[in-house]
Amino acid sequence: MIYIIIAIVLGIVMIVMSIIAIHHKNITLAILSAGGVSLVASILYLLLAAPDVALTEASIGSGLTTIIFFYVLNKIKKHKHVEE
Amino acid sequence: MEKIGIEQISLAFGFIILMLGLWGILSRKNIIKIVLSFTLFDTGLNIIIVAIGYLKNKTAPILDSAELQTDTASKIVDPLPQALVLTSIVIGLGVTSLLLVYALKLYKEKKSLFINDYKDLKW
Amino acid sequence: MLKNSLILILILGFAAIMLSLFLSYTPSEDLKGVSKHYAEYGKEEVGAANLVSAVVVTYRGFDTLGEVTILFLTASVIGFFLKVNHSKDDENTAVKKYSEILGTSAKILIPLMVLLGVYVFINGHLTPGGGFQGGAIIASAFVLMFIALPQRKISHKVLSAVESFSGLSYVLIGVLGIILAAGFLDNQILSLGTFGSVLSAGAIPLIYILIGLKVGTELTGIISNLKELQNEQ
Repeated sequence: MIYIIIAIVLGIVMIVMSIIAIHHKNITLAILSAGGVSLVASILYLLLAAPDVALTEASIGSGLTTIIFFYVLNKIKKHKHVEE
Repeated sequence: MEKIGIEQISLAFGFIILMLGLWGILSRKNIIKIVLSFTLFDTGLNIIIVAIGYLKNKTAPILDSAELQTDTASKIVDPLPQALVLTSIVIGLGVTSLLLVYALKLYKEKKSLFINDYKDLKW
Repeated sequence: MLKNSLILILILGFAAIMLSLFLSYTPSEDLKGVSKHYAEYGKEEVGAANLVSAVVVTYRGFDTLGEVTILFLTASVIGFFLKVNHSKDDENTAVKKYSEILGTSAKILIPLMVLLGVYVFINGHLTPGGGFQGGAIIASAFVLMFIALPQRKISHKVLSAVESFSGLSYVLIGVLGIILAAGFLDNQILSLGTFGSVLSAGAIPLIYILIGLKVGTELTGIISNLKELQNEQ
């Protein structure tokens, strides 16, 4: 029973975070919340008895994807700065 | 109430996140936002596949105790969807980074991240 | 406006399909078909305590080879797009002053993170984890190095040498499986050993070490390409 409540809370957090990721104007916040969706999803995988998938999602989906997004965003911002 | 388990809840949330990702892919104008929506779509799809492989009251497919090693098939959840999702997450990283580098290349060409500025194939 | 309503109609149609899939879903009670075979005979046939590793490396080893190939292709396409002039990046890398605390703690943390990555992929057949996760952890250690210690350089020659070596050895182990055992990527070219010890499960630890090295160097290569692009101007 407690697991069901935890899963519902995690799911609501994920939905709120993905709405922020899609609709927020500030793109840094959007990227961070998309990383947060992956991180919360990895806890959900743990509840679904899949520790392997949880480890992969936490290290790859949440960590490296966010870092690559930030590198590309930083590069685009720097480009814009040089233009102006 | 007793019919609803953790797998149905995860399945429902996975479907919702998948729909949100699809909405983002179709409606956003910023290319970075479109790539972000692709990662959300990925996450939702992976949650659905793992939730389908879950069986009630069974443990993870790691045989680290002696009692799990006898009569294994009735005690563990399905290992096959988990292996497929493992593959899918790693390929998702590759696809995302490739999309982002394309976006960077497009930005260098046209100095714009907005999808409405790319009209080369429109007539 | 018309476009948005079209998108909405499309999403609603998709949602109807998803809803009918969700309502018709009945949770199954037992393993069926090929999963049942994996669960029942995985211990005798493969000898890995982590059944997910057994499926990824041995039963579906060919898929994993394809996955590694896709990652390699991605890394090479990114390297092709982000052509960087390696010869001149010595002079124009502005050595920024980073915080002392970040630099010092990174010097302690990076070896520990690499050690954790190696632990995760060596024990991939016993505990949760494996080559992909371990490789990603090693790549994160290098990302920390790129951020905290920007004056350190990483040699692209070493990266590509390790990557080609591990990719080639992976295929060679697969071919050895045809010659010595039942088929391509069969893990019984080495003895299965005692169940649950580190040196068991035939070739799985070996293959996971190679996958870990390959994934780690590939992801490090992607990120270091992006980073050198940043120093360009």
